Amino acid sequence: MINNNISEVITVNMGPQHPSTHGVLRLVVDIDGETIVNVEPDVGFLHRGTEKLAENRTYHQVIPLTDRLDYLSPLSNNLAYCLAVEKFFDVKIPERAEYLRVILAEMARVASHLVWVATHALDIGAMTVFLYAFREREEILDMFEVGTGQRMTSSWIRIGGIRADMPEDFFVRLKSFTDKFDSCVDLYENLLTNNRIWKMRTIGIGHLSDEDVQAYGTSGPLMRGSGIDFDLRRDEPYGIYDRFKWEIPVEEAGDTYARYKVRMKEMREANKILQQALEQIPATGEVMTDDPRVALPAHEDVYERMEALIRRFYIVSKGFKAPKGETYQGIEAPKGELGFYLVSEGEERPYRMKIRAPSYVNLGALNKMAQGHMLADLVAIVGTNDVVLGEIDR
Amino acid sequence: MGLIDRKLPDNVLTTTVDSVINYCRKGSIWPVTFGLACCAIEMMACGAAKYDLDRMGIIFRATPRQSDLMLVAGTVTRKMAPVVRKVYLQMPEPKWVIAIGSCATSGGIYNTYSTVQGVDEVIPVDFYVPGCPPRPEAFFDAITALQKKIMTEKVVRK
Repeated sequence: MINNNISEVITVNMGPQHPSTHGVLRLVVDIDGETIVNVEPDVGFLHRGTEKLAENRTYHQVIPLTDRLDYLSPLSNNLAYCLAVEKFFDVKIPERAEYLRVILAEMARVASHLVWVATHALDIGAMTVFLYAFREREEILDMFEVGTGQRMTSSWIRIGGIRADMPEDFFVRLKSFTDKFDSCVDLYENLLTNNRIWKMRTIGIGHLSDEDVQAYGTSGPLMRGSGIDFDLRRDEPYGIYDRFKWEIPVEEAGDTYARYKVRMKEMREANKILQQALEQIPATGEVMTDDPRVALPAHEDVYERMEALIRRFYIVSKGFKAPKGETYQGIEAPKGELGFYLVSEGEERPYRMKIRAPSYVNLGALNKMAQGHMLADLVAIVGTNDVVLGEIDR
Repeated sequence: MGLIDRKLPDNVLTTTVDSVINYCRKGSIWPVTFGLACCAIEMMACGAAKYDLDRMGIIFRATPRQSDLMLVAGTVTRKMAPVVRKVYLQMPEPKWVIAIGSCATSGGIYNTYSTVQGVDEVIPVDFYVPGCPPRPEAFFDAITALQKKIMTEKVVRK
């Protein structure tokens, strides 16, 4: 006799070598039949010791480390870190640099969301979206390459501005990209939004109520998909985001489909910001502050004046000293609130750098989202979480 | 172990069979998806429409049992190293390894307590690709180098 009423919880292992865990995430899943009882993420497979490394590096030398945290949008990380360091000094950033920072950060947001929609759809079984989304992402990476010389980890946003001005070609390409990008998002939405399989796999899956969001502290699309209207770009503005007009997409449902719609809309809104920034950006101007505390002296000065030469040598070889104290700066990164908390003891190096990584906090809600669903839905739930192990493990 | 295993000297028969087998192998390299960090994103870009690894017969497999190439793309940490080795040992012969990026090659900028200073500390590596992350063109360079290497292998008479 077979007893069909037996309920037995077994534990299965998912990852770290698994195609849909987006890196090296390991999940220990307790399942009853095919229903998930409990999910426990095991992180740390990519722990590289970024925070410890930062304690032994000058403020400039930390920037390349921040690139490799959320490697889908390196420039957002640069921005958050540089804003945090600039808080020590209260530096005035040149106008053109402010606009270029917004442009780079929003391009990074689009690029990050494109990878998200590509891999999320690929995990659920729609391969076509992957190919289309990466086509547009390649264009963004090409633009980064034209402007910065690197496709991904360019470290282009520096303390006090950006490294150098962009060539004309960059703006020409960006203009044609922003003109057509809305139709590209239409294309992805045509493939997914009303797709019956996509809806069956996402609607009602991985539900988070607004109380859950507040309890777990998730941010970004995981928060706006649950009906909370909050965006750091609008509510705690940094840079020059108060000069642009755009909408903050909010969905009430709190499931995977709602978060999908939020992110798709966010891409369109980022495109709006890019278009406005391209119109408003001053035609010429400096892109690096002349504040002698953080910026290198101009080349002409270095050749002619002894003081400038000494200052340049000092900053390059030893770094600049930050005043004693602590700062925190959070920005609205593609994945949520990315924050850098820096403690300075008045030296050239940060005494402590703590990274508030959005993926890490969002991953905390994974168990809540996955409980009661089928094991196959776990793939969709990890995908909608949009985790990047680089910033989770640091 | 070859099929004949040193019973015959090299002759027209063995070398022709060798080159036929090698030709087939080099046109159907199936790597195991083993994205560890940033380089994995460039690896995905290689597989996507613009660079298109499929045209070289490269299809990513999710299981080591079906693969003959391991692309170690990203930082190998001390916690991950046993897993890397286990996946490598699960792959059937013949197998090759390409270490992609500075981290997998030498530890890169992460000279810390938690990072393995190059994946060659745990598994043998055939090719190293520099860059942080390397461009897709660098990937292709490594793949073509690997194809050349495969063509020199002796299968029938080892």
